[in-house]
Amino acid sequence: MVSENEVKHIGELADIGIDGEELVAFTHQFNVILEYFDILDRVSGEPAVASDLINVMRDDIVEPSLPRDAVLRNAGGQEDGFIKAPRVM
Amino acid sequence: MAEDQVIIGLEVHCQLDTKSKLFCGCSTDYRDDGANTHVCPVCLGLPGAMPVLNRRAIEYAMRVAKALNCGVREEAEFSRKNYFYPDLDKAYQITQYDKPLAEGGYLEIESDEGGERKILLTRIHVEEDPGRLVHMGNNERGKYSLVDYNRAGIPLIEIVSEPDMRSPKEARKFLNKLRATLEYLSVFDSEKEGSLRVDANISIRGSERVEVKNITSYKGVEKALTFEIARQKNLIRRGQRVVRETRHFLEAQGSTQASRSKEQEHDYRYFPEPDLRPLHVRSWVDDIILPELPDARRERFIAQYGCSLNHARTLTGELKLANFFEEVVACDPRGLSMLASTWIADTLLGELNYRGMSLDLVDPESVTKLAGLLRNKTITDKSGVEVLRVMLDLRMQGEPAQAPSAIVARLNLGMTKGETGAIASAITEAINENPKALEDYRSGKAGALNFLVGQVMKKTRGRADPVELNRMLAEVLQERGV
Amino acid sequence: MGYHEIRFEPDDRYNAFLTTCTRASHGDGRLAGVAVAVKDNISTQGIETTCASKILKGYVPPYDAHAVGLLKQAGAAIVGKTNMDEFGMGTTTENSAFGPTLNPSDTGRVPGGSSGGSAAAIAAGMVPLALGTDTGGSIRCPAAFCGIVGLKPTYGRVSRYGLIAYANSLEQIGPMGKTVSDVSSLMQVIAGYDRRDSTSRERPYAHTPSKEIKGLRIGIPEEYFGPGVDPGVTRVVRAAIGRLEELGATTKSCAIPSMDYALAAYYVTCTCEASSNLARFDGVRYGPAAETKKSWHDAYQDVRRAGFGLEVRRRIMLGTFALSSGYYGKYYAKAQVARENVKKDFAKIFSGVDVIAGPTMPTIAFRLGEKSDPLPMYLSDILTVPANLAGIPAISVPCGRSEGMPVGLQIMGRPFEDERVIDVAYAYEQAVN
Repeated sequence: MVSENEVKHIGELADIGIDGEELVAFTHQFNVILEYFDILDRVSGEPAVASDLINVMRDDIVEPSLPRDAVLRNAGGQEDGFIKAPRVM
Repeated sequence: MAEDQVIIGLEVHCQLDTKSKLFCGCSTDYRDDGANTHVCPVCLGLPGAMPVLNRRAIEYAMRVAKALNCGVREEAEFSRKNYFYPDLDKAYQITQYDKPLAEGGYLEIESDEGGERKILLTRIHVEEDPGRLVHMGNNERGKYSLVDYNRAGIPLIEIVSEPDMRSPKEARKFLNKLRATLEYLSVFDSEKEGSLRVDANISIRGSERVEVKNITSYKGVEKALTFEIARQKNLIRRGQRVVRETRHFLEAQGSTQASRSKEQEHDYRYFPEPDLRPLHVRSWVDDIILPELPDARRERFIAQYGCSLNHARTLTGELKLANFFEEVVACDPRGLSMLASTWIADTLLGELNYRGMSLDLVDPESVTKLAGLLRNKTITDKSGVEVLRVMLDLRMQGEPAQAPSAIVARLNLGMTKGETGAIASAITEAINENPKALEDYRSGKAGALNFLVGQVMKKTRGRADPVELNRMLAEVLQERGV
Repeated sequence: MGYHEIRFEPDDRYNAFLTTCTRASHGDGRLAGVAVAVKDNISTQGIETTCASKILKGYVPPYDAHAVGLLKQAGAAIVGKTNMDEFGMGTTTENSAFGPTLNPSDTGRVPGGSSGGSAAAIAAGMVPLALGTDTGGSIRCPAAFCGIVGLKPTYGRVSRYGLIAYANSLEQIGPMGKTVSDVSSLMQVIAGYDRRDSTSRERPYAHTPSKEIKGLRIGIPEEYFGPGVDPGVTRVVRAAIGRLEELGATTKSCAIPSMDYALAAYYVTCTCEASSNLARFDGVRYGPAAETKKSWHDAYQDVRRAGFGLEVRRRIMLGTFALSSGYYGKYYAKAQVARENVKKDFAKIFSGVDVIAGPTMPTIAFRLGEKSDPLPMYLSDILTVPANLAGIPAISVPCGRSEGMPVGLQIMGRPFEDERVIDVAYAYEQAVN
């Protein structure tokens, strides 16, 4: 069983933000779904070993970057070509 | 005492010197350009974009793995390291987790006690650099960040050492040796700003381990470690406990500070990157032909040029310097090598360091010529230093270069060969002005003779041929019945 | 290349489109002037691409998905972006931030999902062709519910470059159309190697459907006709398989033991991948702007709480939980072993048969709002997810009606035998029409 506190912690890990009634409902649904996932405990065998499609690589060749206006067009905010973001300090 | 034993492990991140980024074709040559001019859907983390691995980055990392004696894994894999931070375009970093490219290995450094010491390595893996953040605003409510994703996706190699180092000095040596090795392998350019970053794990035996992040310079490593060790020892001395934590190095203050990071950053939820395929590249190791590495070159310098161990260490400790030395002595290795190794390893490096000047600004040919003047005794060592200083100052000031011989002529620094009269009168003057020295010499004080030689040198502006001077001074002293 | 334009002003009474291009330009080529709709999780340069999510409202990609580039090269006219479950997370197209799409056969019912907009647009005759994406049945389910044809290609056969990832290791872009020939011709255009997708294969598709299936061996997995499958659907599908037998095919019963846990393996895998894929939506580089005066976690939480719908947040949370410290071995690692077992089960069956046939969905289209609890909704994907776990091709072709609603016949084939599943579907379609 997963507790509301654990679900809240997961919400913080995912930067989803969850509380109040939603937390109660989520916790209930979580437990129903996780109980269903328990069927995986019965699985036995080996994970896949890649045998084909390995070493997929490209040559070290420079290709054009996007024009800067295309980079900034979708950004929430910009300043001197930089993209504005929340503070971290 | 064992209780004070320092244990240091390093995680060194170096930018691999490829032309394009690790997972896209954007150029890595971004340092002189405006923010966000070297980005594409892939390195900007635009929805739907997919990474494609740069083969050269893997080749470079393999070279490093072979040079550092690591074992390459049969199957290596990329994983996602999930965390939120504004400089991280996809909110995960593509890195290697449980299947790194290479494991084990070692790097030999000169130990504090002299001799060589093996520092064991844990692993080497390849990952992408995040973007760069600029912190804006000053008061708490006005603060925000600006992001430049030009750096996002630059290939990094992370070299993780075992906790094998015992002092900040050893850590510095490890780092210098590592840098030299990567440069010899032509995979890394240490002169590019921010091309190296170090995280250090430090503990005092028996206490908790502290991770210090954000060390971005070679000098910073020694500073950060010295500070952190003193901090931990003080805590222990005062009977307090060292807390297991992550701290950040503050370069300007030379101190470390506890990070206020949230709990969540420690649960990275690694899982294999589904958009990249596994690597089976162990067999590439056999095809890699390593160039001569610092240790081999050091031994060759000793054998071939007769360099002292210390000079050979210094000269081979940087690729550029080693190449410079060999260029200087190329035309006459036998005649010039002993002279040049001292002059480059001691004098030139000292003068460059004093001026904060790069070796790039020095023309090896001019040093060859200077060494020639010294060798055929056109000038004395003392005059040689003066010529070198003039050469460097001219270069620093952007003046046209002058040949060493021209500087000698202009400043009249030629040795006083045959000018016995001038030397003789300088000797007479020196003895007359310093009767005490003569007295001391008579009573057998060893320093007195050197003092008199120095006085004569001063009077001849260092141009007196030391051999001639010594001979003549001995004669005069004998004449005076000493 | 010539430059032409078509006008596209559909009567979109089913809310199939999120964006329409009233004047759609096109060039010459195999699909010259053909109106093609594109699911809204596939990037289209200069055309808003939202994944039916508020968090991408206003996002205009600066580049085309590989498949879209190929469509344009073939002369197709991209006439609009179709509605879907937000980020592909759903089986009904009700989980769209911009309202549900309705089923043209019965507007009280869902069109299926998550490519419900593409399916409805075709079923209603608004476009002949559309691109969908299929992570766990998202092409085949709406194809079945709306009575059209949809192919989930072999994994790696169509480039995913530009497809806004939900679950990278499972999903494929695929063709949807009114007929098998339409689907085949669209597949010809979009299949092939793309160096920008490292999982892409050098397997172009140049096939013209053939209705010759004499001697074809069809496996009938007992799990596809089990207790969870609606009797009406079973009856229609069995009859369709009977038709294939009349055309010269033979059938053989088989079993997929790993079906017991295939659905759990699917949901663990897709939620884990989704939790990581959808982390980048933070309001910095695109989408509704984050408040920059706040600390980053607070600002991101605000954006993500407001921008993601309930089901998306639920799946992000599930995946985050399954990958969190201490649970990786129990969930993700186990799901990968399960997945390998599914592949092995299929390989074993395919050593004795050429294709596998069964219903696409266990029921007919749900009524709007009928599936409100997550787990029962997840369970309805049971017959489609095995093909995604194994990476094999699977097609849904209309095979009759139950309670007046369309039923889909699903044909699954060996890896890279998309041609064969097309042929079987074509043979059936030709026989009944």
